[in-house]
Amino acid sequence: MSGQSRILEGYVSLPYRWAMGETTTRFFDEFKNKKIMGTRCGKCNRVLIPARSFCSHCFDNVDEWVEVGQEGVIKTWVAVNFSYEGQPKEPPYILGIIELDGADVGLPHFIGGVPMDDFDELAKKVRIGEKVRAVWKESREGNILDIDYFEPVD
Amino acid sequence: MTQAVAIIGTGQTECGKRDDVSYPELIHEAVRRAFEASGLEAEDIEAVVSGSMPPAMEGVANPHLYWVDAMGAANKPLIRTATCGSTGMSLAHTCFYHVASGLFDLVMVIGAEKMYEGDPQGTMATVADPFFQRPFLAGAPGIFSLQSNEWAHRYGLEEKRVRMAAAQLSVRNHNDALLNPYAHIKVKTTVEDVLASRVIAYPVRMLDVCPGSDGACALIMASEKMVKKLGIKTPAWVRGIGYCGEEAFFGEGDKVVWQSAINAAKGAYKQAGISNPRKELDVAEVYNPFTFQEMLFYECFGFCDFGKACELVEQEVVMKGGDLPCDPSGGTLCTNPIGATGLQRTAEIVLQVTKKAGERQIPGAKTGLAHAMGGLDQFNGVMIISNTLQ
Repeated sequence: MSGQSRILEGYVSLPYRWAMGETTTRFFDEFKNKKIMGTRCGKCNRVLIPARSFCSHCFDNVDEWVEVGQEGVIKTWVAVNFSYEGQPKEPPYILGIIELDGADVGLPHFIGGVPMDDFDELAKKVRIGEKVRAVWKESREGNILDIDYFEPVD
Repeated sequence: MTQAVAIIGTGQTECGKRDDVSYPELIHEAVRRAFEASGLEAEDIEAVVSGSMPPAMEGVANPHLYWVDAMGAANKPLIRTATCGSTGMSLAHTCFYHVASGLFDLVMVIGAEKMYEGDPQGTMATVADPFFQRPFLAGAPGIFSLQSNEWAHRYGLEEKRVRMAAAQLSVRNHNDALLNPYAHIKVKTTVEDVLASRVIAYPVRMLDVCPGSDGACALIMASEKMVKKLGIKTPAWVRGIGYCGEEAFFGEGDKVVWQSAINAAKGAYKQAGISNPRKELDVAEVYNPFTFQEMLFYECFGFCDFGKACELVEQEVVMKGGDLPCDPSGGTLCTNPIGATGLQRTAEIVLQVTKKAGERQIPGAKTGLAHAMGGLDQFNGVMIISNTLQ
């Protein structure tokens, strides 16, 4: 044996077409009008976002639409400072889970509008429990990135 | 349970960047070692259980087909189990179900990963749904740092204190990995090194984070009557198992008082008859891809009260010589071929309770806990293993 092990290099790239269903379609269509809509479960009374067609706890169908707030509090956050394939932004950037007013489920999204040059300084501005508000993109296509980010409310 | 189940052989590969072997060759290495450890051969095994991360990790779909020859699985029942990070523990449970059900008496389980062959964080991002969550779950470091931050905030833990405790755990894991022949990262490190290392996902730093590894692990499980028939001298008995999952949406569950982790441990303790884990367990292999997360698990597993995990580190309870030494293998923090990782936790507890752990042996260890976590951050599995059946 040669004691050598060669590497075969390749790429797997596949196209997909993901059906959203009617509920997700409406949820994102409302984004075009800068509205964040949830659905309320008639059994447990939780307001679920993203809007769902069935409750994750009660398993019942859910069809009562409710608008939730554009503001909420930071449940938790992290500053991402590493790169990976398919990343949505150049690092560093901040991810958070936002508890919107009137919703009973946290929404993962970007937190922005704060300087990113010093993490310890950043940690003084982005704090768990602090208020943030949705910043919408000018041009909206009906997807989760129509909200550009959530910014701290002074 | 129809019949009691023992683990009678373990086989692990050396882990790291294993460009010297193909994926099936890596698996064959672990399988061969499990046969050597148990005195069995491929023809003795009645069924095979296998698993890994989502196939995008290595770019080979349905990898258990590719692995068949390496596992000696041709002409046998074969099943694939995969739950992301918790795959290894799901595999151990699936193998246990096969034997405990009474349908099989001798079953092999294999988990493997070759993480240097693809893009691990990119693969993990595709675990999230494409509509809502995918852009916001930056691989494992993103997800678990969200959790760490929330944990520290919930209990008002001073950041400096948490970082120091995390750094001490990093040093402990790195020191222990030096004694584990199968470990990947073998570097002596200091608290100062950890605190000064590069931020990966603030507040989590490079030396708080596990590597991605190439590696495989195989176990052989047998029924009580097969243990007697084969005359196995040092069986490690599975005394209890627990597993629990959570909702699909990441913002829905509480990841601090973490129900899936709490329920998995409770279920396993109940079966094993454990009421005070801190006293009754001699050793634990807590799944710790992140230093901070290891502390969160101490609380969910009842090793201490909620919000008190830093004290277990500060008082050296979880260090060698302490009341409940954790991760003597060096843990997931130093070795993480994800599909194999939960099985490695299980194998280490088997080696510890059967006094085969070599230089890293915890003296007098009789009963231990093995654990793995996964999904995105929504599955937890626990197994209690002991050197006695009762």
